Amino acid sequence: MLKPGEYHQRDRDRQPPALTPDYKTSVSRSPQYALISLENTVSEITGPVFGQTDIDPLDKDLLHNYAKPGESAIGERIILHGRVLDENARPVPNTLIEIWQANAGGRYRHRKDTYLAPIDPNFGGCGRTLTDEEGYYHFRTVKPGAYPWRNRVNNWRPAHVHVSIFGSAFCQRLITQCYFEGDPLIPICPIVNTIPDPDAIAQLTAKLDLNATIPLDTIAYRFDIVLRGRRSTLFENRLEGN
Amino acid sequence: MPQELSYLKESASQTAGPYVHIGLAPGAAGFDIYEHELGWDIAGPNAKGERIRIEGAVTDGMGSPIKDVLLEVWQANADGNFAHPEGGGPVEDGFRGWGRVITDFETGEWGFDTIKPGPCPGRNGGVQAPHLSLWLVSRGINIGLNTRMYFDDETDANAKDPVLNLIEWERRRATLIAKRRERDGKIVYRFDIKLQGEGETVFFDI
Ligand SMILES: [Fe+3]
Repeated sequence: MLKPGEYHQRDRDRQPPALTPDYKTSVSRSPQYALISLENTVSEITGPVFGQTDIDPLDKDLLHNYAKPGESAIGERIILHGRVLDENARPVPNTLIEIWQANAGGRYRHRKDTYLAPIDPNFGGCGRTLTDEEGYYHFRTVKPGAYPWRNRVNNWRPAHVHVSIFGSAFCQRLITQCYFEGDPLIPICPIVNTIPDPDAIAQLTAKLDLNATIPLDTIAYRFDIVLRGRRSTLFENRLEGN
Repeated sequence: MPQELSYLKESASQTAGPYVHIGLAPGAAGFDIYEHELGWDIAGPNAKGERIRIEGAVTDGMGSPIKDVLLEVWQANADGNFAHPEGGGPVEDGFRGWGRVITDFETGEWGFDTIKPGPCPGRNGGVQAPHLSLWLVSRGINIGLNTRMYFDDETDANAKDPVLNLIEWERRRATLIAKRRERDGKIVYRFDIKLQGEGETVFFDI
């Protein structure tokens, strides 16, 4: 029997470092010692499994999952869809994706958000779904508004949707943000710019997808996500210490 | 020009931000939306093993508790099996081994109930001491931090644990060991996480 292969090491040159002084909160929340590199064990190559009984089909429709019957959230109606693949370009099926976002005015439904844009009574701002067998997923929502945040005195976040993905192993766990093509706030955002690689930023920028729009109804953006892939076990690893 | 490798690149991480609760724990954000919130029941009602509670706080470089952390836990059952196709063996009905908890907005304290995991296989035929895998995100953390929690009443197993032994500085190993005590007839382990500075917790690149 083939032993399950290990996951490719995370490419830390493409990931944001812990300490990014332009994003001020990171200064006191970044570990100073180097991370200790750990070869995969069963604890890292396994992870929680979710199924349809964990969620409700309406959870992926943010236009309606918090709206009063017959009503809907206010804003630019969008389909946010895409595919979850691993680094070997294999689909990641049945994996849980959770999203959260501000409403069309840039305000979150959160007790700590005091921005003066109004709360939309019909918009909760969170959704979740499982990818299908081919790794595809879709949400319906409104395009979030930009909002100001306390970092420097005049920092504004580009429109973004927060995205959480599990994969099938705990070492694939990822939280990221989805930005929208053409937003002039992207290149000047200190949080976006924690990512050192411009190509990695482009990968987080959803593209307008006219083919997936519903004419006269909802415009679409495509956002693909890549999780760490697994090594194929071509040869048995040499045992350590032997 | 040599051939090009056609691997894709892992998507970059971004901070979970201050409003992570909306997506992952909306009840805590102050509104009810989902029929089931995920992650509050780690072991389920049928799990064998010792019922325990784990509590702690996460502090920053100033020593202040962080009040917007979200923490996820992943663990084996009492037999050392994970609820996963490659998890080593069967688990009890309702045992998921995964949980998620947020810190209190006022105090920064977090806590969850579970069962104490058993030892599980390590690499190359070794054995790992009972442990929990933890992953934490918050505002100001650009990429989720991975650590592990071990148990202070497992002295022998801890001394032989291959991961603890990977940490060159013995003093730092202590940052991964939770302290057991009894409170009102309940077993409570205390596990504080320090992100930075004196006594900084060991974090792993897994
Ligand atoms: Fe945000």
